Amino acid sequence: MVFETFMTLLDPVIILSIFAGVSAGLFVGAMPGLTATMALAVLLPFTFTLPPLHGLVALGAVYMGAIYGGSFAAILVNTPGTPSSIATAFEGYPMSKQGRALEALSIATVASAIGGIAGSLFLLLLSPPLAKLSLRFGPAEYFWVAILGLTLIASLSEGSSTKGMMGGALGMIIGTMGVAPIGGETRFTFGMPVLQGGVAMIVALIGLFVLPELYTMAAKGKTALTAVEVDSKARSSFWRVTKTVFSMPGNLIRSCIIGEIVAIIPGAGGNVANLVAYNEAKRASKHPEKFGTGLPEGLVATESSNNVTVAGSMVPLLTLGIPGAPPDAVILGVMMLHGLRPGIELFTTSGKLTYGFIISMGLAAIAMVPVGLLGGRLIYKVIFRTPVYFLVPTIAMATMLGTYAVRNSHTDVIIMLILGTMGYLFKQIGIAPAPIVLGLILGTIAEMGYVQTMLSGQASQYPALKLFENGLSHILIGMIVFSAAWPYLAALKRRIMSKKGGSA
Amino acid sequence: MKLLTKSTLLAVLAVVLVIPGISMAEFPEKPITYTIPFNPGGESDITARLQEPELEKYLGVAVNVTHKPGGGGAVAWSEFQRTAKPDGYSVVGCNIPHIIGQPMIRKDAGYETDGMKVVMWFHFTPNALVVSKDSEFKTLDDFIQFAKKKPYVGTVGGSGTYSANHLETIRFMKAAGIELTYVPYTGTGPVIPALMGGHLKGAMTYTPVSVNYKDKFRTLAVAAEERVPALPDVPTFKELGYDIVGGAFRGVAVPLGTPQPVVDKLAEAYTAANKQIAKKQLDLGFVMKYATGDDAVALIGTMRKAYGDVLADIKKKK
Repeated sequence: MVFETFMTLLDPVIILSIFAGVSAGLFVGAMPGLTATMALAVLLPFTFTLPPLHGLVALGAVYMGAIYGGSFAAILVNTPGTPSSIATAFEGYPMSKQGRALEALSIATVASAIGGIAGSLFLLLLSPPLAKLSLRFGPAEYFWVAILGLTLIASLSEGSSTKGMMGGALGMIIGTMGVAPIGGETRFTFGMPVLQGGVAMIVALIGLFVLPELYTMAAKGKTALTAVEVDSKARSSFWRVTKTVFSMPGNLIRSCIIGEIVAIIPGAGGNVANLVAYNEAKRASKHPEKFGTGLPEGLVATESSNNVTVAGSMVPLLTLGIPGAPPDAVILGVMMLHGLRPGIELFTTSGKLTYGFIISMGLAAIAMVPVGLLGGRLIYKVIFRTPVYFLVPTIAMATMLGTYAVRNSHTDVIIMLILGTMGYLFKQIGIAPAPIVLGLILGTIAEMGYVQTMLSGQASQYPALKLFENGLSHILIGMIVFSAAWPYLAALKRRIMSKKGGSA
Repeated sequence: MKLLTKSTLLAVLAVVLVIPGISMAEFPEKPITYTIPFNPGGESDITARLQEPELEKYLGVAVNVTHKPGGGGAVAWSEFQRTAKPDGYSVVGCNIPHIIGQPMIRKDAGYETDGMKVVMWFHFTPNALVVSKDSEFKTLDDFIQFAKKKPYVGTVGGSGTYSANHLETIRFMKAAGIELTYVPYTGTGPVIPALMGGHLKGAMTYTPVSVNYKDKFRTLAVAAEERVPALPDVPTFKELGYDIVGGAFRGVAVPLGTPQPVVDKLAEAYTAANKQIAKKQLDLGFVMKYATGDDAVALIGTMRKAYGDVLADIKKKK
């Protein structure tokens, strides 16, 4: 099956989509302010006309390229291109200042490619058994999984967990508009028939992920970035760099595993993985004091771990329909548009497509090496010379066209603009768009699970007991309690530690 | 002068009388927009894509399939009834029981069942009562006996609320004198893993599911007049003594006021297309229909009666 699928990917159109996707992703990712999620949200409507496999392959490649591209800006400008490369700047920028910019970029390229391949392998190996397990998820389990996702968003969101929770709740409310998924009542339509359709997930995604970034860019109004001068004579041989990267297998394996664990947790993606992997690399190092002075070890840890999350975060997405990281919400949107439902069927009925998509992400990771090494120099020159006043209106236009194309609806464009503007305002008070979008997705799953459980429990006197009936539910409830308590436990631990530190 | 007036009058008359005749005869002369009120990938979309090349061959113009999903079709239907021009160039896919149930149940459906002219109903997916292959229920009677012994314990999944699946389950309960628990899902897709995973005792779904999952599911009965060609071994509810025939009918409609010759031409085109794709659809478990003109209207009447009482009951309870 896997080999057969691999052969179908050797279609020139697919190969071209992979290279085009990686290049586009690299460009967007390298541009500070433009995130991977935003790139995917803007490009999504333009994949409608493509067959499902081509659309998914192209978006997967953009995702992969964008997470890798973030390292360019981190290394050259000391500003992470995407939040997934925050820690990359800690080591990459000092290296650039020492005139080792090309070496740093090459290391990032090789590490990213390894991470990307590792992520695809994790996805390839973990998801089929998990998809089989997903059959054991009935309405009650889906309800608990969605609640678990919501508590995780809260405890992992950037900034305070209260604000994360508020964002999630807001998303849940937006998700209730339109005809109820179960029960068929119309809610919050304000007498307008067109609102029976509710807020389409894709429309919310585009609005919430793209507009706030655009507003921020426009508000800053920076025209160009100042990058470190790259000494092109100081070339570094690709093979030497590859050897350097492979000379730290422990670091690579650790970072990839960290990346995968973080990826599976809903709400956390490369943005968390790169920081955790960096810290762990530092802790495991024999010379932690040298970290921050331009150490390849740190670079390898961040860039491999964040690219693991690209394919890795799709494990919960493809099996349960729960996005492991914010960009996956966009991938979910594409799948739904093509009638592809997460779960066992993806690996049986539409197995060819699913495996094709998974393998294509591995190929995209490999494609990063030639694109990054050959095209990289051109790309960063373009990036640092593209003025914001050109970029912002172009993206805004593409966003509106794309939103209209989703359902051929003017109303959707208006909803997108309202949500995006709201999203920007909420961002100002510390409520990030990601929890809102996840709330929208998880809220609907939770509602369906709850109503279905209550309905199917009609025979018993207390239908609610059905929510607590089986072992899988108990495990999930345990995880919810743990994740809800986590921020408090962590704070408590910190307080105890600091007390100890104070007395010693 | 007099002559001029006369000839002008004649010319005007000629224009008034002849031109529309000519333009009628020439319909269609520009591309036709065929709106599907659901997401791509569903049964309506798949059928439209099969029809598209056949329609283009017959009509000689492009037929553009577009999608306007939302509200179980209501978003597209309400906009169609408000804005589409009655010239035959706007065609919308329509479904029974959706267009019967939604305006009855919802306050703001935004459209009326009779607010558009149905050109043709082209196929029918009968409801089918399906259980898992390893289920204890071998026959419809096993299922009924179980439900008699344990009221409400028999959970039956299906697509949507007030949908064909839901209403058929209620009719089945009435006909057999049993109490089941209907559990709605968002579409037919999610019902399948729920039944596979043992979260439901059975599912009231459509015949294509019975055909597609022959090796996983057992179909106890189908709600069709006659046995479905793709499922020759499955009895109908009627054979077993329960007079229920129902399911989802799919067709196309144009705005009210569309000239009759245009409607006829479209009906001919869809009939021709339907004949071309019949073999493919029959194998998938569909039942082909050729209800045009008065037959099409009569079908709405029959189904409104069949589901009407059930819907009225639900409305009263609300």
